[in-house]
Order: sequence, then structure tokens, then C-alpha cells
Amino acid sequence: MRPLLDGLRRMGRYPSALVGLAIIFALVGTAVFTVVTIPYGQALELWRGGDVWRMHPVNARPAWVDRIAGSNLPRTIVVSSDDAVIEEEPFVGGNRLRIPLEFDFDYDGFPSELNLFLTSSHTEREPFVRLTWETPDGRELNLGGRRPAREERVSISQDWELERRLGRVPHVGLFAAEPEGDGPPEVIGGRYRLVVDAITFEADARVDADLVVYGRVHGLAGTDHQRRDLMVALLWGIPVALAFGLLAAVGTTVTTLVIAAAGVWYGGWVDAVIQRLTEVNIILPMLPILVMVGTLYSTSIWVMLGVVIALGIFSAGIKMYRAMLLPIRESPYIEAAKAYGAGNARIILRYMIPRILPVLIPTFVTLIPTFVFLEASLALLGLGDPVLPTWGKVMNDAQTQSALYHGFYYWVLSPAALLMLTGLGFAMLGFALDRIFNPRLRTM
Amino acid sequence: MTDRDGAIAAPARGFLRDLRRLSVFTVKRLAALFLTVLVGVYLTILIANMGGQVDELRMVQIQSTVAEQVRADPAFFDLSAQERNELIQRQVQLEVDRLRLDQPFIVRSVDYLQQAIRLDLGRSEHMHSDRGAREVYWIIVERLPATLLLFGTANLLVFFASVFIALGLSRRYGSALDRSVIALAPSSAAPGWFYGIFLILLFAFVIPILPAGGMVDVPPPEGTLAYAASLLRHMLLPVTAMFISTIFISIYSWRTFFLIHSSEDYVEMARAKGLPSGLIERRYVLRPTLSPIITSFALMLIGLWSGAIILEQVFNWPGLGTLLFQAIGHRDTPVIIGTVVIFAYLLAVTVFLLDILYALLDPRVRVGTG
Repeated sequence: MRPLLDGLRRMGRYPSALVGLAIIFALVGTAVFTVVTIPYGQALELWRGGDVWRMHPVNARPAWVDRIAGSNLPRTIVVSSDDAVIEEEPFVGGNRLRIPLEFDFDYDGFPSELNLFLTSSHTEREPFVRLTWETPDGRELNLGGRRPAREERVSISQDWELERRLGRVPHVGLFAAEPEGDGPPEVIGGRYRLVVDAITFEADARVDADLVVYGRVHGLAGTDHQRRDLMVALLWGIPVALAFGLLAAVGTTVTTLVIAAAGVWYGGWVDAVIQRLTEVNIILPMLPILVMVGTLYSTSIWVMLGVVIALGIFSAGIKMYRAMLLPIRESPYIEAAKAYGAGNARIILRYMIPRILPVLIPTFVTLIPTFVFLEASLALLGLGDPVLPTWGKVMNDAQTQSALYHGFYYWVLSPAALLMLTGLGFAMLGFALDRIFNPRLRTM
Repeated sequence: MTDRDGAIAAPARGFLRDLRRLSVFTVKRLAALFLTVLVGVYLTILIANMGGQVDELRMVQIQSTVAEQVRADPAFFDLSAQERNELIQRQVQLEVDRLRLDQPFIVRSVDYLQQAIRLDLGRSEHMHSDRGAREVYWIIVERLPATLLLFGTANLLVFFASVFIALGLSRRYGSALDRSVIALAPSSAAPGWFYGIFLILLFAFVIPILPAGGMVDVPPPEGTLAYAASLLRHMLLPVTAMFISTIFISIYSWRTFFLIHSSEDYVEMARAKGLPSGLIERRYVLRPTLSPIITSFALMLIGLWSGAIILEQVFNWPGLGTLLFQAIGHRDTPVIIGTVVIFAYLLAVTVFLLDILYALLDPRVRVGTG
């Protein structure tokens, strides 16, 4: 253990090691924070998508990108009837409601979508609802009337009739100045109002309305094609990537090392069998076999982890460790251990392996990013875990939705940047450790 | 010792002896590798069959072939639907007996192994080759040249570039250039496809000067020269991606290696004799270290085969990797298994070629002591 501690103390002299360590600590800290704030079950629930995200825009870019670019694209505005001053006019057998949904719109661009969510508490007869749109320059547009069910989503953006009337997509037309000529539509800033006039036919029935003006930017990470906030996947990708990388690295290096040591210690046919198995394993193509397992059995990340470890047991590393362990077997202290009657297992685990552990640590650290990227690779092939949000799956989604072609660069770049950061963190630490623990490198 | 003296005295005889030893070595290695492939493919079959997939596949294939035969045969045209179905059932049963599908898996797995070794990879379920063949063998063979072209080019480029740059850096050890290249080594933690995405983003979308994917323009240009030019343009980005992802780590490891070896006593001795540094590098540093260089090159190649799959998919390169990706999409099991077998073969061939190269470079093999 002495050389280990010494080595760790020497690490302070390598700036790259410190930077790497800082990155790793930051990642681990964020991972812990993520797992605590968004528990596992909740993360899966969120990532499954669906109604949870109905108030989020589709493919909105991160807000900070917009800030850096110097533009002022709209954010999502939600106007709820709970905050509005509702005029009520009861009559016999019903109620007349006037819900003004007001909001200020001072952005450079048009919203990406416009939806109204209506909830009605009627028991038998649906209320009647009429919608009127008021622009800051005093125009009034009738958006038609309807009889909503208990839960109704009014997709104003997909109102073809309205689109024909406006000559433009509603979420552009409703925010644009009166068209003059063929020029591009111009957005009008100011106070907009959607007035919901509802007549209920039951005395105690209520109508609630939520107007959602979907923005073009969202949060720190943006959203994807299913309106999901990418932040969930980016954050949850950290613990998943770290766990996968770490477990795979531990699983493969430890087993490989023990097997190599056992082969060297026992020699004879044990060694021969281990050598031959290693040769077989070298020609077994890792990724295609993972792909095969993924298609035939399960794409669960834990199954993949198991296969990665199983294929990694007899990896090429065995040859390297063997070369290092062979001289150790002949050393006097092993002889001494044999003389006092130490068993085989004790000699292998307590005397042989600890000797080459320092050399192993750099390899181990540099192995972690390999497995992190392996997980991303599998996800990119469409063999990502079916339920867990991971970076690779985000990139896979982006790829299948042609994100680069459509200009949604953030969708590819943010998971890629995190992957790179993880890779760099471990690689920098690993390379520095390599110089610390490999004496031949240190003297140079 | 006598052998070596003999070799000096009679070069022609020495050459013949070398050749004989080399061929013995080659045959031995071939036999060993063949056994290795045998075991490897057998393991693949076991993995693929754990869910009974291969059996199901064969049943489906037999049924479809038999049904096709019966329908196409004019002799059976006047049979009623029921009679025809019974006939098909009987034929299927015969085929099952013939192929011993009712026997335990252990017995049949040997059959599968034999077929796979003969590259009889069966018929695909949905996919077909560009020429319309349904044999997995032809589907794969059609894609092989594209993969070999791309990865051959990139690997050779990386190999030679890194060895020469590393030699240069080990000479100027500690200089600013040396330090910056070494500082860049951790960038190799990311695989080629990762850089590929950035390259595509930069050179195909932000500054659209290179194609985002594919192998040649659509439609393929007429004339060999125009075709080659188009191919080159399409190869540029994937090759660059692979180059970036591996070059710094290879330079780093070669440099370390050369530094260790250039501090050996015999190199110091040569320096003390006042030999020119070029000669020292060639004869005293490079020559004895060539075999480990080759070994590490082999390991790098083996690692790159796997990376090939994703890189090809990202660049839409019509090679084995894209094929595997498409096969996943179609859930076309015979193609997937076939690709795994072919990859195993490719790895074995890589190992074999490098073994031979190793033997040519390592005098111990030639004189029969290695």
C-alpha cells in the first residue's frame, strides 16, 4: 500500500491530474445531486414522456444559446385562469364566465406553437366556450366556439380554418402585424389577450383555461421532439455513465488480474488454458457480439454490462499482466511466503496482485471512459437501455430526427460535450497516474 | 550459434533455411488460429442460440423454401389447398429429419459450426444485397470492400504518421511541441465516431464544403477518375475522424516507447561512437523495437474494427458496420450472426498477417529459437 499512498501524494505536482480530479469530483457531485433530486422512478417516469411535458415546447433550444447569440427569442408563457380576474354572471340553471387571459409578449420572434387547455367540471351538459383574440394594436379576432369535454386541448396552431383566414400559421399570424405586401411577417410586442367566454349549463360547474404560448427557447438544455426537457437526460446520464464505466472497468480489470495471477502461479495446463482462451477472446468481436445480444435478448444496460464484463475477462490485458507477474513469481518474498505455508489463494491475492496494482491503476482509470463511450455507442446504434435516460440515447434521438440537418445543434452538442468532459476527466487523471506509477516514465 | 555462422557463410542456404522455418511457423500459426476461430465461432453460435434463435430461424427458412418449392412445381398445381399443405408438412418433416433438427442442440451445434466455418451463412430474412441476392454471404461480401478501403486507409495513415512523429518528438523530448502533443493524448478517450459528429457538423452543415455521408455522389460519376475523386471527397471526413481519435494516443505510446529504448546501453554506446542520429534511430532504436510496434499495431487494429461499426453508421458509409446497423433495424438475425462470424474472421486474418510480419521482423523466429 505504501507506493500507492506515495503516488497519490505525488499527484499534486501534476496539474492535469488535478484538473482531471476536479472534473471527476464535479461529475460525481452532480450525479449524487441528480439522484437525490430526481429519484430513479421519477426519472424513468419523466423520460417516458407524454402528458407531463404538454406545457413544454417542441425542439426549443437552450435559453443561454439565445442570450449568447444576442437574439431575444420567445420563452414559453403559461397563462392560467387561476391568476385571471374572472367575471361571473350567474343565471338560472347556469353561469356566464368571462376569463381574460392576458400576457405580455416582448420578443423578437414568433412563438413555436399555441395551445389552450380547457378543463370543465360539468357532470352532464358540456359548457359552451367562445374564444376571442385581442392584439396590442386593438384588433379583435374571433377564434370560434366549441363545446369542450372535461379535458380538452384546443390546438390553436392547428386550426386550418384560422390559418386560411390569417393567411399564415396561427401562431405567426396572431402575433404579426397586418400583412402589407409579401414581406416577412413582423412581430408586434405588447399586451395580448385571449378572452374565454364560457356559458355553463350547470349551476356549480366551473371552466378553467390554461393558455400556453410555446417559446423557441427552454431552460438550460432545451427540449427534444417529444417536448421532454433534455436536462433530465443530461443530468441522469451522469450517474448512468459513471456507474456503467466504473462497474465495467472494475469488473474487467479485477477479474483479468486475478485470472492472470492464477495462471502465472499455477502454470502448466491452467496457464495454457488461460492463454488459449485469451487468444480466442481476442478474435471475438466485442461490439458485434453486444449488438447480437442486444437484438436477440435484451438491451437493458445491466445485461450489456454483464456481457461487457464477461467478454472483458480474458482480454488482451492478461498477456500484459502475465509478463509483469512472471518475474514476481520467482522473487524471494514469494518463496518466503511458500516456506511459511501460505496457501495458493493467499499468495495470489495477498502477495502477487498487490505488487502490480500501482501499474494497474492508470490503466483502470483510462479504461473508464472507454466503457462510457461504449454505452453511448450502443445507444447510438439504437440498442440503448429501453427506459433509462442516457447521453447516448439523446444523441440517438437527435440522429434519427436529423437534428444537424434541421439546425438543432444543441441536441447533439450538449450530450457530446458531457461525454467529452467525462472522457477527458478520466483520461487526464489516468495519463498523469501513468507517469506517477510507471517509474520508467517518471525518470524521464 | 552454428546456425548463425552458417547463415553468414552461405547466404543462399541461410535464406532457404529461413524460408523453411518461416513456412513451418506459418503453418503452425495457421493451425492455431484456425482452432481459435473454431472456438470463437462456436462460442458465437452458443451465444446466438441461447434463446433457441438459430433453431427457430432454420425452421422458418425450411418452411419458406419448401412452400416455395411446392408452389413453384407444376406437378402440384392441381392439388387442393389442404392437400398442398399436407404435402408441405410432410416435406418439412423430411427436411427436419434430414437436418436432424429433432436432435439435441449439442449435436447440431457442430453442424452449425461446420456451416459457419465454410461461410455458409444461410439466407437473410428481409435484407438483400444490392444485386438482389438473399444469401447472407453475398450481402456481406458486397459490403466488405468499402469497410476495408476506409479502415485500411485510416489505419495505415495513423500508423505511419504516429511512428514518424513519435520518433521526431523523442528526439526533441521536452520541447514545447512535444509537451503539447502529449497534453493532447487524453483527447483519444473519445472514439472516432464522436469526432465524426463534430466534423460533419462543421464541414457539412456550418461550412458546407464536404458531403455529410455516403461513399460516392448520387448518381455515381462516370469515369474512373471522377469516381475516385468523389470517393476521396467522401472519405476525407471519416478518415480524419479516425485519425484525430487515434493519432495522439499512438504518438504518446510510441514516444514513451522510443524514449525508453533510446536510453538503452547499446544506444548510448552507438552515440558515444559518434554515429549519425539518423542511423542510430533506424538501426539501434527502430530495428529492435519493430516487433513490439507491430504487436501494438495489431491490438490497435483489432480495437478499430469495433469502432468501425459506429463510425460507418454516423457517416452512412456502406460497409459492414452500416450493414450490421441495418440488420439491427430489420431484426434480421442471420445477417447479424453472419456479420459477427465475418468480424471474427477479419480479426483472425488481422492477427495472422501481423504474426507473419512479426516473424519476418523477429530474427528469433527465423533462427528457430523463438
